[in-house]
Formats: sequence, C-alpha cells, structure tokens
Amino acid sequence: MLHFIQQLGSSTRTSFAKLGRATLFLGHTLTGAVDVAIKPRLLLNQLHSVGVLTFLIVTISGLFVGMVLGLQGYNILSDFGSEEALGIMVAASLVRELGPVVTALLFAGRAGSALTAEIGLMKATEQLSGMEMMAVDPVNRIISPRFFAGFLSMPLLAALFSMVGILGGHLVGVGLLGVDDGSYWSQMQANLDFYDDIVNGVIKSIVFGFVTTWIALFEGYDSAPTAEGVSRATTRTVVNSAFAILGLDFILTAMMFGDI
Amino acid sequence: MDNSDISADSLISVRNLSFSRGNRKIFDDISLDIARGKITAIMGPSGTGKTTLLKLIGGQLFPEQGSIVVDGLDVHQLRRKELFNLRKRIGMLFQSGALLTDINVYENVAFPLREHTHLTESMIRTLVLMKLQAVGLRGARNLMPNELSGGMARRVALARAIALDPMMILYDEPFTGQDPISMGALVHLIKSLNTTLGLTSIIVSHDVTETSAIADYIYVISDGKIAGQGTPKEIEASDSAWVQQFMKGDPDGPVHFHYPATNYIEDLLVCSQQTARIAAKKETIKTDESLNATGLKNAKGLKKTLSRKRGRSRYHRED
Repeated sequence: MLHFIQQLGSSTRTSFAKLGRATLFLGHTLTGAVDVAIKPRLLLNQLHSVGVLTFLIVTISGLFVGMVLGLQGYNILSDFGSEEALGIMVAASLVRELGPVVTALLFAGRAGSALTAEIGLMKATEQLSGMEMMAVDPVNRIISPRFFAGFLSMPLLAALFSMVGILGGHLVGVGLLGVDDGSYWSQMQANLDFYDDIVNGVIKSIVFGFVTTWIALFEGYDSAPTAEGVSRATTRTVVNSAFAILGLDFILTAMMFGDI
Repeated sequence: MDNSDISADSLISVRNLSFSRGNRKIFDDISLDIARGKITAIMGPSGTGKTTLLKLIGGQLFPEQGSIVVDGLDVHQLRRKELFNLRKRIGMLFQSGALLTDINVYENVAFPLREHTHLTESMIRTLVLMKLQAVGLRGARNLMPNELSGGMARRVALARAIALDPMMILYDEPFTGQDPISMGALVHLIKSLNTTLGLTSIIVSHDVTETSAIADYIYVISDGKIAGQGTPKEIEASDSAWVQQFMKGDPDGPVHFHYPATNYIEDLLVCSQQTARIAAKKETIKTDESLNATGLKNAKGLKKTLSRKRGRSRYHRED
C-alpha cells in the first residue's frame, strides 16, 4: 500500500513537472511567430509537409465516413418516413462532430506522429544541439513553423473532411438509395446554422489542431535522444492526442450545445 | 609547456568547476586553461564527461559551481543574446556531424551564413565553395547527408563549423569510428586549419595516438578530476600509473579488468553447494512420490518451494 502511494506521488510529480515543461515550451514556441513572420518560407514548407501530405488520408476517410453516414442515416430515417432529412443529418454530424474529431484523430496519427519522430530524431542526431551551437534558436527555427503549420492546417483539413463527407453521403443517399436530390440539399441549407454549427465546428478544429500539434512537438522535443526514446514518444503522441481530442470534444460540445 | 604560461594567454579559463548528473559527480572542482592559438586535447575514458565539458563551455549546460570564462566573458553569466553572439565565434564539430538531414551539403554549409549575415547569394556561394574546398568536398556539394560516409559527414560539418570564421573550434570525438584514410584526413585538417586560420582548438577524444600527434597540450580526466596534464611528451613520461595505463591501453592496472566481485573460488563453491542441496531435495521428493501416492499434494508444494528457492539462488549467483 505504501509502495502504491509512493508510486502515485512520484507519477503525479513527474506529470506536473512535464506539464510545466510543456507550458514553457509552448510559450517559447509562440515567441517564434516573429521568426515565422520574417521568414514565411519556413511556414510554407511546413504547410506542405504537415497539411498537404495529410490531404489524401483525410479526403479518403471523409468520403467513407460520409458514405457510411448516408447508409446508416437512410436506414433509420426511412423507418420514420423522413428520408428527405438525410442531408441535414449527414451535414450536422460531420460539421459539428465527426469533421473536427475524426480529422484531428487522423491528423494526430499521420502528421502528429511524423512531427514527433522528426523532432525526436533531430534531437537524437544532435541537429538541435548543433543549431544551438550555431547561435540559432532551434525552437524558433524548427518548432514554431511546424506549430503554426499544424494550427492552420487543421481547420482546413476538417472543412475538407466535412465537405467530402457530405458528398459521400449524397453519393450513397441520393445516388444509390434514391433520396430526392433537392431535399438533400435544401434540408441542409434550411437547418444548418452558420454560427451554431459551422463556426462551432471550426472552433473545435482550431482547438484540436492547437493541442495536437503542441503535444506532437513537445513529445518529440522532450523525448530521450535514443531510438527507443523516439519510438516511445511517437506512441505517446498518438495516445495523448486521442485522449486530449476526445476529452476536449466533450468539454467544447457541452459549452457550445449543452446546458452545462 | 609550463602551466603559468597557459594562464597568461588563455582563451578559456575553467575555475573550480563542479557538475553532477543525478547523484553522479562528473566534475569535482576542476580548473584548467586552454591556450590561445593552440590545440588542446581533453582525454579520458568513455563516460568521464568530456563531451559534457564542451557543452559547459558552449553554455548548453550550467555548472553547479565554478566559472568558465571564454575570451573574457563568463559564459554562464551572459544574457541569451550575448551567449548567442559568443557562439557565433565558436565552431563545434559534433561526434555525429549533426548535419541537417533535409538539406544538401551546400545548404548545410550555407546555413550559418544565411542565418547570421546579409551577404548576397553570390558571396554566400563563393564562401561555401571556399570552405568546401578547404575540406576537399567541393565536388560533393549537391549530395544529401545520407549519401555521405561518416568521414565525409564530419568534413562537411567541419566546413560548416568554419563558415563564420570562428576564433575557436570544439571537436567532440572527431576520430571515433573512422577508417584510417578518413582518420588521416581529419588529423591533417584539424592541424592545418588551426595553423592557417589561427584558430584555437579543443579536441575531446580517447584516440590516444591521433590526438597526441597534433595536440600541443593534453589534459587527462578521470573520476571528475584532472589525472594528468602536460605536453604529449610530458604525458608520455608521466609517473602516474593511471595515466600510463590510459595512454598505453593496458587491459589491467589501476583500472582493473574485473568488475568488483566476491572471491571467485568461494563464489564457485557456493554455487556447487547450492546445486548439490537442490539435487538432494529433488531426490527426496521422488522417493516420497513413489512411497506415498496420497502425499502427492505435499510433494507439489515442496516442488514449488524448491523452484522458488532455485529462482532466488539463481538471482544471487548472477548478482
């Protein structure tokens, strides 16, 4: 029992120390905005590797999620004779929840793990130390452009996911199951609210992008400079990002749509 | 070389330096001087903190006690901007080369120039080609770091280290893992760069022959203290048994071949006595099983006990 309490105390102290390091790291990263503004090319390069290279997985996943929503939604709605509401059901599900959440989970798996591995390897191969000794701040030069690239990419990727998902729902609902084309779009247009649905969805995706990129970069920067350390950090990125995304989703949903 | 001579014209003065990692004392109140314009070697076995000393000099680590003064500036009292200004005058060659892996050789050498100067592209090109020519790799400018051999990577890193014409270069294990040709090229480069550019060089290494061949002064570090110092000849003639063992690479001496352990014969006897006891108990179990079928449960219990004991004894033997 005493051992358990000791372990609990030790892991709590370790966690708080890590949270403190992560907060300082975030503060340092944000100061790199100046470097990014001076050298926008750094940001553009990272927008390509963080954003554009995640494009394909998000597009394909969005299409399949939309198709599944179209199929499941049709089966339920047809029981109540409300097939024409399929458009709003698919769109609201995607824009409010699935777009930001699934995109963030995919982003953590594709871009987040790649960021952690890249930064961890740079640390293990002394590239970050080398920069420090060349009087170049590695956080401002390497971390900040990646952070802002992730932060900016996520809302765009989530919007892309929702858009492709809505088309996927249309493909199955209208193309295969015979839902009226006009109803699909007009229901969506009439019932989807710009502020309540779209803006809230965008806010969620911005928050998820911020947190996921922060976790990925910090885990890489804080990893042990060995092959094992980098692999552990990559795993932690995916796990911690998933927890953070799903936990924050509940909090944000409660704040936006609930009465809590 | 007399120690007082070094102090008179030293570029780096380390005074009463102490540094620990966890409970392990890496440096225990050491003081040393690095002479301006000379090649000074810091030698010692692996894990004695040679690289740590370079990181302390570069301001990447903070000491527990003591000071490091580089060209009149106390490294650990400097503000961040002042420290970065000092680092622009220090080149460092890392053990792995530490080249940026996503850009080619040319861009790696141009990196510090692009970051810290406002030179035109044609000027940068001229400087990069000059630095690459100095290390013999002008023809490899378009290669990526993963296309270079270990020796070539270190030479590119050396070209990058001299890109800003520093006042001194810190070499972290420059000869480790090099084939004889690469090793010879690096030895020649370090010596010739130091002479032609008027640099001050600090080489951290445990490659005795190569380092002694080019060093003007050597410090040998062991157990957080300076075990010996002097010119290569003085070190060679040192009356310290430890320094002699290190320089000659003798397998036994003050640093023992065997890790501290209990008496070998006693250890073996304890082992065979335990085996005999276990064998005797096994025999007893077998007899019990054949004599008393109903006592099977007890025998199994005894077997479990024995296997637990065996586990413990195996642990003790290894320990």
